Amino acid sequence: MLSQDNTSQGAARSPAIDLRKINKSFGPVKANKDVDLIVAKGSIHGIIGENGAGKSTLMSILYGFYAADSGEIWVNGKLTSIHSSKDAIATGIGMVHQHFMLIDTFTVLENVMLGAEQSSSLQQSKKSARAELQRLSEEFGLAVDPDAITGDLAVGLQQRVEILKALYRGAEILILDEPTGVLTPQEVQQLFDILSALRERGVSVMLITHKLQEIIAITDEVTVMRGGTMVATRETAETNKEELAELMVGRKVLLRVDKEPAKPQQVLLEAKNLTLLDSAGIARLDDVSLQVRAGEILGIAGVSGNGQTELLDVLSGVAAVQQGSIVLNGVTIDKDNVLNAKDFRHLSLGHVAEDRHKQGMVTEFSARECAIMGFQDEPEFNGRLLMDNAAVTEHCANLMQQFDVRPNNPHLKAANFSGGNQQKLCIAREIERQPKVLLVGQPTRGVDIGAIEFIHQQIVSLRDAGNAVLVVSVELEEVMSLCDRIVVMFEGRIVGEMAAVNADAQKLGLLMGNAGGDDSDNSATGVVS
Amino acid sequence: MSNKTLPTWIDVGVIPLINVCLAFLVSGFVILLIGESPLEAVQWMITGAFGYAEGIGYTLYYTTNFIFTGLAVAVAFHAGLFNIGGEGQAYIGGLGVGLMCMSLDSFMPWWALIPFAIAAGAAFGAAWAFIPAYLQAYRGSHVVITTIMFNFIASALMVYLLVNVLIEPGTMSPQSRVIADAAILPSMRDVFAVFGINIANSPLNIAIFLALICCVLVWLLLWHTRLGYAIRMIGFNEQAAVYSGINTRRTIVITMCISGALAAMVGINEVMGAQGRVLLDYVAGAGFTGIAVSLMGRNHPVGIIIASLLFGALYQGGAELSFEVPSITRDLVVVIQGLVILFCGALSLMIKPTIEKLFLRFFAAKERANV
Repeated sequence: MLSQDNTSQGAARSPAIDLRKINKSFGPVKANKDVDLIVAKGSIHGIIGENGAGKSTLMSILYGFYAADSGEIWVNGKLTSIHSSKDAIATGIGMVHQHFMLIDTFTVLENVMLGAEQSSSLQQSKKSARAELQRLSEEFGLAVDPDAITGDLAVGLQQRVEILKALYRGAEILILDEPTGVLTPQEVQQLFDILSALRERGVSVMLITHKLQEIIAITDEVTVMRGGTMVATRETAETNKEELAELMVGRKVLLRVDKEPAKPQQVLLEAKNLTLLDSAGIARLDDVSLQVRAGEILGIAGVSGNGQTELLDVLSGVAAVQQGSIVLNGVTIDKDNVLNAKDFRHLSLGHVAEDRHKQGMVTEFSARECAIMGFQDEPEFNGRLLMDNAAVTEHCANLMQQFDVRPNNPHLKAANFSGGNQQKLCIAREIERQPKVLLVGQPTRGVDIGAIEFIHQQIVSLRDAGNAVLVVSVELEEVMSLCDRIVVMFEGRIVGEMAAVNADAQKLGLLMGNAGGDDSDNSATGVVS
Repeated sequence: MSNKTLPTWIDVGVIPLINVCLAFLVSGFVILLIGESPLEAVQWMITGAFGYAEGIGYTLYYTTNFIFTGLAVAVAFHAGLFNIGGEGQAYIGGLGVGLMCMSLDSFMPWWALIPFAIAAGAAFGAAWAFIPAYLQAYRGSHVVITTIMFNFIASALMVYLLVNVLIEPGTMSPQSRVIADAAILPSMRDVFAVFGINIANSPLNIAIFLALICCVLVWLLLWHTRLGYAIRMIGFNEQAAVYSGINTRRTIVITMCISGALAAMVGINEVMGAQGRVLLDYVAGAGFTGIAVSLMGRNHPVGIIIASLLFGALYQGGAELSFEVPSITRDLVVVIQGLVILFCGALSLMIKPTIEKLFLRFFAAKERANV
């Protein structure tokens, strides 16, 4: 399947991918404008840009999900037309999606060969696939047990299966879309090792990401996109994070959070021995105790899916307390005193949900309706029988004004705002009442760099006003720069705690993978208080 | 990107209209196949439904029932609940109306009785919806399954009651005694007679005003009250509702009860109005038609009024058609109604992508012309 006939001198020197004047519009929106992109053979090429910069559209065109309105795609020196992902695979392009396209209940082998079976007999296909998988694993150093059930594997290994899938289909150009979002720092390092190995064997890699750190760490060349156009291509060795950030946003950006040291006061939120079992009886939270003080930001670090979501749910009243208790502003909440999310808000708690599409807003609602979620029963929004819709609209308009939500139109459907503006609206709703305790899940997920700065400032100023903030984030850099104190969660337990000034990615990463061991665990927890 | 939004007028106006036309086109072929002229058939249907006063009366009388059941489906639908049980809820609701009327009709005229009748009907309908709702909210059995089953239970229960309990002594047909004349809702003919206008007699009665009032109330409920806010939030995103501190289980139960109560208003139109007594199977499928009405009307009261009118016309015009053209039987009329339901309900999204593409192309062309 690797195209063997392309060995003439000209083809060998031509780039793996050469996109010329790609244009793509969705209605009046130009997602890609005259995009030119050259990816050299056997290199790792980073593509970086904010949400909505056109990265995903471009990759979707390359992988055959969309057809470009105009422009040419040259692969290995040949003009090709790609109408479907099937065409893309046939030209040797493979894609690893941000959300894995794997069947959890299948074995690794079955996942790899699914859709690319060599024979109509299952046994025959499995046999030949097993041999090929063996060869690929050895050649690229991608060891995975072919008979393991995919769903049982760690996320990093599942990603490896995705890569194997692409290689099995003969990919010599690999597109990775935000591959590191769900990985621990150690797994990220392993992924980068794999990518380097692929590069050495002549595979070209396109890495789409919004993390500057990764671009610097692994790529050979980087292309910056903004507003649907290519704004710059740089040799990675000749650029730096600050320049890339500026190119992405179009203005100078502060990458570090600018804040004074914390002045922690009394405890405003305390969790005591919280344990939460899911319907299968598995402990999602396992004896979690923590305190958040007035005037400090506590960060929860951890690979996503290790109990952070459940912790936020319990602390905000979304999920009922099963075992243990919560003390919020002096009120004890336990299984004899179960309160719902509205009651928690009345105790002066704000909660910015981790996932705004699932929880924090209703994308089908208008912005004005989203702006009162959780406060829909407040007297200021209600008449005796009917809601005071004018007051709701006015409230939303005020929030939009104060928090610079664009477009400033309370009647626009929430889905039509960009990720950053959606998040600003959610944060505005919760911060506007100056809650004594604020829970923030993934403050800047899917938010562009310009808005990140603003959101961080808002959180810090709430802290400086003497309120307690708890931040859950899977972005280590964010946890380290925004928070004053960090606890690490692993499989529902708190496995370490340290002051942010003493934290680095290495220490936190080991704890996140629970590879801390006694030694580093002690040294980590030793710094506390 | 499939979520490109079309202007509302295309979404709720043009697309349903094209769907209806498609349904009639296919119906036309069916009529051609049996050797009749489709044009003639359409003509009979339209004159049957709107061509003369009595026909209009019947059309609007059917429309009244469909508005009630359509609203019932729509309210539940906004909370993400598919209430298939409108039929049973209307049936049991009518029992409540009938019982109330029969116990008070010797003391009260209709205008004094109607609040009680509405309350009794609503209570019965709501109670019939409450059980599936409770099971859905607190026990996890799916409301689609349970409401269907409750239709059968309602049907069996009513047969039992009408044959053994409510039957008028000394008669053979399973129906209750007739409600006293003074307690029966005035027909439209009576209403117009007050103003000195003489119109043809039909079962159309003042319950149609109740239907229109219900439309306004439902509109207020859904878009202007806290409960409506909660209902719609649950329908779109139940997790977000929990996040907002809404008691989703209780809201689900309340929503289904409102839905059942709305369906029960068919009992006002039928038992207290058109029939003047409780009959066997008087709902006659209106509960099921309500599903199509609601789907076609985009779960909005205004849409529901328009869709109800269409279905009312189909029922009345269809009856007229099968009467006038003997080779088009009653069953064929049901086929035509079925096609309309199919195209407007089940296949309502079939032509949307095409329309979308055409619209966007037109839009882009216009844009280019402007530049």
